[in-house]
Amino acid sequence: MFNFSIVTEWIHNLLASFMPGWLTTTVECVLIGVGLLLVYSLLALFYIYYERKICAFIQCRLGPNRVGPMGLLQVFADMFKMLIKELITINNTDKFLFALAPYLVIIASMLSFACLPWGNGLQVINFNIGIFFLIAVSSIGVLGILLAGWSSNNKYTLIGAMRSGAQMVSYELSIGLSIITMVCLAGTMSIPGIVEAQENGWFIFTGHIPAIIAFIIYLIAGTAETNRGPFDLPEAESELTAGYHTEYSGIHFGFFYLAEYLNLFIVSGVAALLFFGGWMPFHVPGWEGFNDIMNYIPSPIWFIGKAIIISAIIIWFKWTFPRLRIDQLLTLEWKYLLPINLVNLVLMVLVVVYNLHF
Amino acid sequence: MNIQEKIAGFFPEASFEEGEILRIDIPAEKLHELAQKLRDEFGYDYLVTIVGMDWTDSLGCIYYLMNTADKSQISFKAATADREHPALDSVADLWKIAVILEREVYDFFGIIFVNNPDMRRLFLNIDWVGYPLRKDYDENPELNPVTTESERQSDETYVWKREDGKLVKHVERVFQDDDFVVNIGPQHPATHGVLRFRTALDGEIIKKIDVYMGYIHRGVEKLCENLQYPQTLHFMDRLDYFSAHNYHHGLCLCIEKAMGIEAPRRAQVIRVIMDELSRIASHCLFIGTYCMDLGATTMLFYTLRVREQILDIMERTCGARMTFNYSCIGGLMADIHPDFVKDVKELLAICPKNVAEYNKLFTGNVITKGRLEGVGVLTHDDAISYGITGPSGRASGWACDVRKTHPYSIYPELKFEQVVRTEGDSMARFKNRMDEIQQSVDIINQLIDNIPEGEYCAKVPKIIKLPEGHWFQIVEGCRGLFGVYIESKGGNQPYRLKLVTPCLNLASVVDHITRGDKIADLITIGGSLDYIVPDIDR
Repeated sequence: MFNFSIVTEWIHNLLASFMPGWLTTTVECVLIGVGLLLVYSLLALFYIYYERKICAFIQCRLGPNRVGPMGLLQVFADMFKMLIKELITINNTDKFLFALAPYLVIIASMLSFACLPWGNGLQVINFNIGIFFLIAVSSIGVLGILLAGWSSNNKYTLIGAMRSGAQMVSYELSIGLSIITMVCLAGTMSIPGIVEAQENGWFIFTGHIPAIIAFIIYLIAGTAETNRGPFDLPEAESELTAGYHTEYSGIHFGFFYLAEYLNLFIVSGVAALLFFGGWMPFHVPGWEGFNDIMNYIPSPIWFIGKAIIISAIIIWFKWTFPRLRIDQLLTLEWKYLLPINLVNLVLMVLVVVYNLHF
Repeated sequence: MNIQEKIAGFFPEASFEEGEILRIDIPAEKLHELAQKLRDEFGYDYLVTIVGMDWTDSLGCIYYLMNTADKSQISFKAATADREHPALDSVADLWKIAVILEREVYDFFGIIFVNNPDMRRLFLNIDWVGYPLRKDYDENPELNPVTTESERQSDETYVWKREDGKLVKHVERVFQDDDFVVNIGPQHPATHGVLRFRTALDGEIIKKIDVYMGYIHRGVEKLCENLQYPQTLHFMDRLDYFSAHNYHHGLCLCIEKAMGIEAPRRAQVIRVIMDELSRIASHCLFIGTYCMDLGATTMLFYTLRVREQILDIMERTCGARMTFNYSCIGGLMADIHPDFVKDVKELLAICPKNVAEYNKLFTGNVITKGRLEGVGVLTHDDAISYGITGPSGRASGWACDVRKTHPYSIYPELKFEQVVRTEGDSMARFKNRMDEIQQSVDIINQLIDNIPEGEYCAKVPKIIKLPEGHWFQIVEGCRGLFGVYIESKGGNQPYRLKLVTPCLNLASVVDHITRGDKIADLITIGGSLDYIVPDIDR
């Protein structure tokens, strides 16, 4: 398996050879930042196209097919439209908070995006509580949504934001608990550590029953966390027009929109990391030849591929199920998912303690 | 002893006019007493409509009632000669729908209903000058200019009471000062048109809804008074645009009844086929948009496929996809397209499969059940009191299908079931429509191979004049009972043409059945009632 740390080491050494230490660090930070932004926006564009195509397939339509070959340029056209649109300022809003909110959302999304294990050695930051950091930063997003709803001074956005707050805070719990379940199995909170623990089989296979339960809960909670259907109450367009971002226009709206798609990727990426081995290829212990062939596929492709396939499931949810009501949504979390999750955690601990996993 | 003699016993001052529907002429002061007697002792528990009238020498109302047990109809008329401050007693305490119906009469004729709890204008601006359906109405545009400013809004409503023989106006508030009122509409995806729900909320819980109508009020009844009978037909496409054929059918039947002619059998069969095709198309659209309101966007595309197919059939025969204008007085505008039978058979073949597919995708879903079951329960008695007809009324256990209760055209010969459920919740209303698609398919199946040869339109005079008199005809639209009342003074224009539309009742019941539910349930309930805004506003 090609280790990308060779490349990153080489760049680091090259920079360090003619720069003082502080400048090297600064340049590297800028390079990584630019690289991440680039990947972020490209992935967002891809996801918009991807969702529209899947949705069209489910709904017996063709989807975008006019701009560019197979409609591939449609998303770029949409993006430029969004960029050149006027930022409408609204009377009687809290101007500062109104402008701040989309940045909070996008920053939260960027930060958690940066934690993902992109490939073998392709890791922005590696510290021993990586997954903990990821949970922490992803929670900032809800602040942006609440601020957006509050500062717009509109009853729809306020209700949307309140719903969103209740929903995200509740489902954070499920996400956290199912992540902890998997951390138990991995024995580490470091993200590369979790990936390496899955070298001889992904956790979804080795952790058997508790891992599968954790995965299902994670998928449900992750869908809710990203405010996607059937949990898209904060922006339930038939009730609240567009929920918390009703009053936003231009690129500020674009930020919410981008963050939403990227959160889909992040949730799928974390699922890939915890249950499907991150960038780790599909290995079967004992089948050396097969494992070698799998190793030929570069690790970023493994990771992004897994994330995209998991996203497809979440997209499939959205275009199939009707929306839940707020009380049903909270009932699902507090009365079902949370107790199941706690029991599942105990189960996982037993599995680990008695060494029942593969 | 028939009902006429019994009533004559109670009210010696009443006079009677016999006809298809008995009409009792009662002095204004006995109006409420008679209404109460008719409801409590003779079982006339359903107020079909209140027709406001201006006979130039007097202003008044004609009340059409129906007995839901034996399906008999009766009407009574009360008038007042006072044109400055005309007042009649309200029957809002007897039939809940009367609150809205009386507001409509007040809006158009200026008749004040004493003791009506909500005596505001219904469709027109609160600052509108004059009462448009009065014969002496001043149409001068300077009185009611088109302004670029927002119309004045007010939270005040009025209750008129008789105190010491005088009329006294009490001012009341629709909402209190500390109510958190959210405007759902007039531009809102869930209202399916320009309708506005002023919703007082307590968190996510609905405290009260004030339905604000009239954004697309076009004054169809007023317009019809200045048009010849064949011209009035065009408006029937523009009320409930999904049951355009049914409404055409209703008005044609009423005029034909007045003229004493009957459409040829070929025309009758084709009319019924068209009615039922409209019903399938309408219910398909309902299912699609309803599921979309609930977040299941995909269903819309599945159901629209069937609707498109029906619209294509319509387009080939009628030349239009929305405003068909197909039935005319005496029969049909044109014969069916040569491919009509083939196309309809193709549709009939796929319809049951599609319904099964919708059920598989949506009806059995656990989220759907959670959202629909037990939400917005309308009891049987409330359904009758509010006059909720059509699939929504039948979901509350009220067998109110006009095709069965008061059969018209060739419906008596056809075999089909009246779909009735007793739960009264949103799920029952939804499933009723699903099942009615199947019933409509059955009806068309019985007819499509038996379209008789012959004329498609009877011979009618070039200028259609109706004799002096009045006629009332009800038919089953896609959303409920549609009624036409025509009063003629013998010319080629109606003296008064009143349209009884089901959606006004559907919209007015929203407040009653959403109280205490959540905002999300407003969407569920409003959607399941399936009102069409042009049909409310006319």
